[in-house]
Amino acid sequence: MSNKIATAGNTGKKVRSDCFVTLELKDSGGIQIDQKSKVEVMYGKANIELCKDILSFFGIENALLTLEDKGAVPLVIAARIEAVIKQLIDTDKEYLLEFIEENNYTSEKEQFRFSRLYLPGNSPSMMLNAGIHDPNGIILDLEDSVAFTKKKEAQLLVRNALRGIDFYGAERMVRINQFPKGLEDLKYLIPHNVHMLLVPKCEGADQIKQLEEKIEKIKSEHKITRPLLLMPIIESALGVEKAFEIATASENVVAMAIGLEDYTADLGARRTNEAVESFYARTRMVNACKAAHIQAIDSVFSDVGDMDALRENVKVSKGLGFEGMGCIHPRQIKVIHESFAPEADEIDKAKKIVNAFIDATEKGLGVVSLGTKMIDPPVVKRAEKTIHLATSLGLISENWRDEFINIAE
Amino acid sequence: MGQKYSNLVKNALGRMVPTEVNGQKQVPYQGIGKYKPEGRKYGPKIASCADFPEDGNKQVASLKEALVKAGLKDGMTISTHHHFRDGDLLANQIFDIAKELGVKDLRWVPSASFPCHEHLIQYLEDGTIHHIEGSMNGPLGRFASHGKMKGLGVLRSHGGRYQSIQDGEVQIDITVIGAACADPFGNANGLNGHSASGLLGFALADSQYADKVIVVTDNMVPFPCSPWQIQGNYVDYTVLVDQVGIPEKIVSGTTQITKSPDRLLLAEMTAQFCLEAGIIKDGFSFQSGAGGTSLAVGDYFAKIMREKNIKARFARGGSNKYLVDMLNEGLIEYILDGQTFDLDGVKSMAQNPNHVWTSPFTSYNYHGKGNFAGLVDVVILGATEVDVNFNANVVTHSDGLLLHGIGGWQNCLFSKTVILPIPLFRDRIPVILDEVTTLCGPGELIDVIVTERGIAINPLRKDLIDALKDSSLPIKTIQDLKAEAEKICGKPAKPEFDEELVAVIKWVDGTIIDSVRKVKP
Repeated sequence: MSNKIATAGNTGKKVRSDCFVTLELKDSGGIQIDQKSKVEVMYGKANIELCKDILSFFGIENALLTLEDKGAVPLVIAARIEAVIKQLIDTDKEYLLEFIEENNYTSEKEQFRFSRLYLPGNSPSMMLNAGIHDPNGIILDLEDSVAFTKKKEAQLLVRNALRGIDFYGAERMVRINQFPKGLEDLKYLIPHNVHMLLVPKCEGADQIKQLEEKIEKIKSEHKITRPLLLMPIIESALGVEKAFEIATASENVVAMAIGLEDYTADLGARRTNEAVESFYARTRMVNACKAAHIQAIDSVFSDVGDMDALRENVKVSKGLGFEGMGCIHPRQIKVIHESFAPEADEIDKAKKIVNAFIDATEKGLGVVSLGTKMIDPPVVKRAEKTIHLATSLGLISENWRDEFINIAE
Repeated sequence: MGQKYSNLVKNALGRMVPTEVNGQKQVPYQGIGKYKPEGRKYGPKIASCADFPEDGNKQVASLKEALVKAGLKDGMTISTHHHFRDGDLLANQIFDIAKELGVKDLRWVPSASFPCHEHLIQYLEDGTIHHIEGSMNGPLGRFASHGKMKGLGVLRSHGGRYQSIQDGEVQIDITVIGAACADPFGNANGLNGHSASGLLGFALADSQYADKVIVVTDNMVPFPCSPWQIQGNYVDYTVLVDQVGIPEKIVSGTTQITKSPDRLLLAEMTAQFCLEAGIIKDGFSFQSGAGGTSLAVGDYFAKIMREKNIKARFARGGSNKYLVDMLNEGLIEYILDGQTFDLDGVKSMAQNPNHVWTSPFTSYNYHGKGNFAGLVDVVILGATEVDVNFNANVVTHSDGLLLHGIGGWQNCLFSKTVILPIPLFRDRIPVILDEVTTLCGPGELIDVIVTERGIAINPLRKDLIDALKDSSLPIKTIQDLKAEAEKICGKPAKPEFDEELVAVIKWVDGTIIDSVRKVKP
């Protein structure tokens, strides 16, 4: 029996919606729980019950557990307690709280990925309300935002979050750790309806293949058949050179992102607002994505206070062919959505083109023309994309053609 | 100590309240507009010019001398005002002097108390102060919640405070009015001087009705002090001191728009709701408080008004930079100001005739021939808790501790539409409950609860429900919202209370709407 005292969770003045747990295993004396909770009046009893239940689940009969609670919800407390237990005893058992039915949705290859909100994987306070800001996706991050010593407890917190936090329809993504360490993250994610894995610092198709082997193994163990989508992140010079190879490594690679902090560091260049130093990498990556028919996703914009600069940044990004961007603050989401959305004149033009195309098809004409101008097929295709985007975003109604028919009548 | 009451009665909202408080008979809450006292207002004593200096110089050497001359003695009622907020230096001094003079059992009637008044706990303990009638914030509220105050606390709204003084429920022996500027005759304002706080409206009732009125300033100017927000004709003594307040704490840093994404979302949803409900239209009026979320609502209003070229006739409020900017931009025609939260507000009030100072009499007093609060189209307020019947609490937390004052909150409920933007839960504490811990405002006056997970409209407001029926906003029932919070947080246990009462909450008409019990240690 170990006399070590294990600790997990976060403490400190600024910590909210989290708890800090210590556990010391004893030889006798039964279970002793010391609780100091901000919400003791309302949840003190429930917390003690939960602590006891988890300890008993793992067969612990004699221990001193302290719980310093700053308003953590049960799934957070449970993750913290499981983390301290697993530091002291070797077990494959998992204490799983309810998988809420709201989390039983799937994602599709072809869905919008304008915005994805990064959530540090060991900070529960940001997770609970992430979905209400309506990002296209949320990313529970196990990589850079989690301290090295907190990796294990973050796996458990992220697992519990995937089961118990309602992200209100956002695509459920997790950024795993870099290859090969990231392989150890998978068993905490795959059984819990993660939609997409972000693969950081991806540098070749072989990494994707090895990752997929492990994924398939876990999927078959859990009898999971739905595909698990992948978004590799290109963050190095080598990654850029291998972009097309990575993009086509698997049919589950549906999008690819670029991470400019690491990339510019790898170049030995300074990251600037004008981003000249990464222009080649970005355009190269966009080209690889389009060649592979997958989405090209841009890096994050780190000045969370400057919405005007963000707007400009997204315009440039969209202009290069990117179809989405990372967010590190919920307020960035709306700006990103608005900026990736087609503009009014763009929509108007697209309406005219698509309408002319439908008219021509109905009349059996081989050539589409608008006024005196001939319209080439790729132009029609782009216009159709714009219309699809505009209707999906609610910018125009599904019946947008009515106005043309009415005018015609 | 708390008070054991054997003869509590059930008021019209089903809350158990005492019929006597600190030796005074009380009326239980009867319903909105039901209790109409007859008779005449309280009359202060008739004064004679013959008793006052012919040269108009009422200045005495010190606050102590003024208090002694005013006849400070055991059992008196002393009032002060919170224009200096957490930077107030006067209230503590008054009771230091009382202690020095060996005076006991005083009743303190502040218009609000702040953390800086924690100093007074020693006097509540040693009997210098018997009890507090006024909003108790922070440390004093905590002290009272544990039943340590000798008498029962009485909490009133700003309007209720005016009403109680006007009606003679609270008879003030000595009031001490701190002012940024005064003349020796007693004319005073809050505009000029380094302790500028904007206006002195909270001291109006006291100046009119107290037996003895003392004006204290650190900026004594020769007669006339103009403009005179307090009229010297009510004043007995004036005092010049080195400092009445700490300027940086008078205009506190709390008046910043929130940066919390969750709160900004609440504010945005609130503004969108008002737009879709047809409330934001040319000539409308609004009131939004000084909290971070309320400021953000004002900011979103401004954005909408700019986009749609809409002008508001007036905004009521605690004024601040954001409201002043809207006034200067022409988005609102008038600010009717009740208290000024920053220097931009103070400056604007001094210079802009459309920035009008008001008082609890004009804005909030329920025993008047109308008041401004009822004329406001929409008011945005906060709450610590709301129940499924839309009743709300602003004074206690869900653990039962008394930590906030009522302010103008109850009075503002008479606005045409009352909206409370509140997070559905705060660090696991759900905001919507089956029953509020303390009922401060009846649900029939509370129209809309905006949370980040949905908006509940009071079923009584069929017009709003109709107006929003095709909205893309997440309109839900209040029961659904409550269930959603409990699904995330768990169902909270209720706090356990002792039988003893520690305070009562007055409604705007002077009746008792609820009582606050001692928390179990």
